[in-house]
Amino acid sequence: MATRVKLRVNGVTREVESAPNTPLLYVLTDEMHLQGPRFGCGLAQCGSCSVLLDGSEIRSCVTPVSAADGKSVTTLEGLPKWYAEQKKLAHVPELHPIQQAVIDEQAVQCGYCYNGMMIKAAELLSKNPRPDDRQIRAAMNGHLCRCGSYPRMLRAIHRASEMMRGARSESETADAGGAELAANRATYDAEAAR
Amino acid sequence: MSRRNPEAMERSAESFTRAPKRPRGIDRRDFLKAGGALIIGFSSAGLMAGKLLAQGPPGFRMPGPDPRQIDTWLAIHSDNTATVYIGYVELGQGSTTSLLQVSAEELDFDLTQVSTVRVDTKISPNQGGTYSSSAIARGSPAIRQAAAEARQVLLQMASRRLGAPVDQLTVAKGVVSVMGTPGKSVTYGELIGDKRFDVTITGKAPLKPIAEYKLVGSRPPRNDIPAKVRGTYTYLQHLRLPGMLHGRIVRPRGQGAYGTGAKVKSLDETSIAHIPDARVLRKGDFVGVVAPREWDAVRAARDLKIEWDMPATLPGSDDVYAAMRADKTVDHIVLQRGDVDSAFAASSAAHTASGTYHGPYQAHACFGPNGALADVRADSALLICSSQDVYTTRGTVARLLGMKPEQVRAQYYEGSGTYGHSCYDDAAQAAAILSQLAGKPVRLQFMRWDEHGWDPYGPAHVGEVRIAADANGKIVAYQYDGWHHNWAAVESTEQLALGTPAAEWRLGMAQQVNPAQCGGMYNIPNIKLVNHQVDGLKYLKAAWLRSPLDLSFSFASEQTIDALARMLGMDAYAFRRMNIANERWQGVLDAVADAAKWEPRPPASRLSNAKVASGRGIALGTHLTSFGGAVAEIEVNKETGHVRVRRLYGAIDAGLAVNPAFIENQISGQLVQATSRMLLEEVTFNKTNVTSLDWNSYPILRFGECPEVTPIVVQRIDQRSTGAGEEVMAAAAGAIACAFFDATGVRMTEFPLTPKRVLAALRQS
Repeated sequence: MATRVKLRVNGVTREVESAPNTPLLYVLTDEMHLQGPRFGCGLAQCGSCSVLLDGSEIRSCVTPVSAADGKSVTTLEGLPKWYAEQKKLAHVPELHPIQQAVIDEQAVQCGYCYNGMMIKAAELLSKNPRPDDRQIRAAMNGHLCRCGSYPRMLRAIHRASEMMRGARSESETADAGGAELAANRATYDAEAAR
Repeated sequence: MSRRNPEAMERSAESFTRAPKRPRGIDRRDFLKAGGALIIGFSSAGLMAGKLLAQGPPGFRMPGPDPRQIDTWLAIHSDNTATVYIGYVELGQGSTTSLLQVSAEELDFDLTQVSTVRVDTKISPNQGGTYSSSAIARGSPAIRQAAAEARQVLLQMASRRLGAPVDQLTVAKGVVSVMGTPGKSVTYGELIGDKRFDVTITGKAPLKPIAEYKLVGSRPPRNDIPAKVRGTYTYLQHLRLPGMLHGRIVRPRGQGAYGTGAKVKSLDETSIAHIPDARVLRKGDFVGVVAPREWDAVRAARDLKIEWDMPATLPGSDDVYAAMRADKTVDHIVLQRGDVDSAFAASSAAHTASGTYHGPYQAHACFGPNGALADVRADSALLICSSQDVYTTRGTVARLLGMKPEQVRAQYYEGSGTYGHSCYDDAAQAAAILSQLAGKPVRLQFMRWDEHGWDPYGPAHVGEVRIAADANGKIVAYQYDGWHHNWAAVESTEQLALGTPAAEWRLGMAQQVNPAQCGGMYNIPNIKLVNHQVDGLKYLKAAWLRSPLDLSFSFASEQTIDALARMLGMDAYAFRRMNIANERWQGVLDAVADAAKWEPRPPASRLSNAKVASGRGIALGTHLTSFGGAVAEIEVNKETGHVRVRRLYGAIDAGLAVNPAFIENQISGQLVQATSRMLLEEVTFNKTNVTSLDWNSYPILRFGECPEVTPIVVQRIDQRSTGAGEEVMAAAAGAIACAFFDATGVRMTEFPLTPKRVLAALRQS
């Protein structure tokens, strides 16, 4: 039953022995011990398991490993390298701009969906460097978040887009502000008033 | 535990089974005094409050390290850093970082000098479960006091070392200096690095005055986010144990009535003979499969031929409210003040609004299904789980395994957000039984249909509410009657494996009509709240789901307040303001009204006949503590019945906000999740079993429909910190419902506001 499958994962070619109908997800997690793609539904409904296959986002939980034979798989761990290749950068940055933007926006809550969120956003930004709100919402609509972090993810995608266009410094972080305690009175911290 | 490199495939058992970051130079086990001490002294109030769900008998002894010892809470290292031991788990809400802010503040350390370790029954203090948004409210006083006690001891040591009185000493970044003599200093690490304090907490150490706070109230970023973004964060779902098998449970697709459960009628083990490495494991009616390869376990669970005996005794989701309303109930007056009957009858009750409202069963629907790893040996067991209360989970698993709690070590790893008591205990029990039966370590992973189908849901609710006001708009009488059932006390695994009869929690907070949520935000002279408890064994298994029952209460109560305001011809904000209970409620009401630029105006439904009608609503809400307010701006397509929440404003007053940025993120999430629960979420079931088993049959709000949100933290540094993870949800639920009426002139009496339900309501009007 088991056959040898050749996969190029995050730039490294690996051969694994696996039943050809085994979903790619289980090969990535159990054989290669990657922690980006993760099990969410096994039904291609949620996006937890998303990876890029030759640059296009797919659901690894329903993609047989044989379908990835000879192709290039990029997981969350490989996003910076993939970005460097795309942009022909001399050095691989520590983070893909979307990863930096998600940190800057402190977008994550539990973070379980963020593998798929960032994979999908990276795909979107590679095809459309300057998406508007409507395009972001449409592209991201297949990626669910149970914690309700969509508004911050929306901001993070805009921020990453600005970084990639050089409109914003990549080191600039949001919300660096210090203590804002005003004695004996209520103060309002209105986040989205910006 | 580096797992970034795909080549790094060798992972030792040690990396998983020891405390992940042992205090340097100290063996934590030797470091701790024996546990099992009676809880007395400084933290008893907080701890017992934290255990309000446990309802332990008098003299109940909390297991775990002795909370009276400084060493239980923190250790100072030679390199002038500290490890802080926290009994609350990280759920993505940022509480770990917040509690480090509190401890660093009190110790006069920098935030970079303090860290913590994961919650583990071998090393962590038992602070009770991470329930009721309690991590900061109940966690910070104990940690703050312990840090203050430690600082006091360190100052005395420094005084002797430096030959200067304590009141001449000053501390910055863990360096104690003599005032006016900058050269004369010693670090905490030099004073006690890697040695025990061996000091009992007195409860008398002075706490730092709030006016001197530098870290508490500031907005440092969360310490878990970088690893989560890089893909190096180890969620429970990533863990593997050496020599382990992959496990899956086999149950009917969708639970039946809690009281009757499910019985195996027939099981054909030969049906998975085509998967040679897979094995069926069974204990009573608990069935699972294990296999060395994960996909084999998944396939075996899928292919196993098994027939179940499940009686058709459920009312079905369409008839659940009528069934509850018709049930024989155990009635209980939760609150009675004044004379409600006379007040409603009096001539001063110029206007009375009333209605009957319905809220569905809703699921925790964890994004990554629950799981657990267990390594059960003859005389000990290791359990790695995502329990919000590892000590309680350890106790029930030990009982299931026939062990003493001390023989089981339970360790917490974060899974995906759980929003209350999801399947984490069920999964922990199931993993333990599978490992015991297999004689090997087992990693159990629930499948999506297990998680959706066997969740302990937030219970369905019927609310009848009646509110009267005088001619001037003062509320004079309020009555709320609520029908629902209690939470399940026995997990499905135990029920199936041992035949333990289903049982419910005794009546307690968050399972009954909530006085804080039902009228508590208004000044009402005559009020009566009655809880009608139906027999939960006839319905679905239930547990606490984020802001338990409060969305249903708010949907009923705040809509009735809204109706009363309209009868009086008053603005919905002004009517609430006029009847407000206190300045803290007023603070959040004003905050959201200001943010939304709320101005009085006629009902939107009278202004426009557009196909897509816009409306706005305002409401107040809470859970048990804290104060929440919300304004909703929505659109209703009257032809399709589609409701779109365009914008939400949410404010919370949770007393002293240790990290306002984290609370903003919590509010933002609550607003989005409340939108999802009001518009889409509903557990469906027929007479036999639950039928909403995935994201298609149990849809949640998607990116494309997400409202814009404005979170507002009302910072009150002179008030003690209270919960911030739930309280805006109920306010948002009420605001969305009130906005629907504003847009359409039609009152919705049942949620979620699905197109089908909306069209039916619009046609009836």
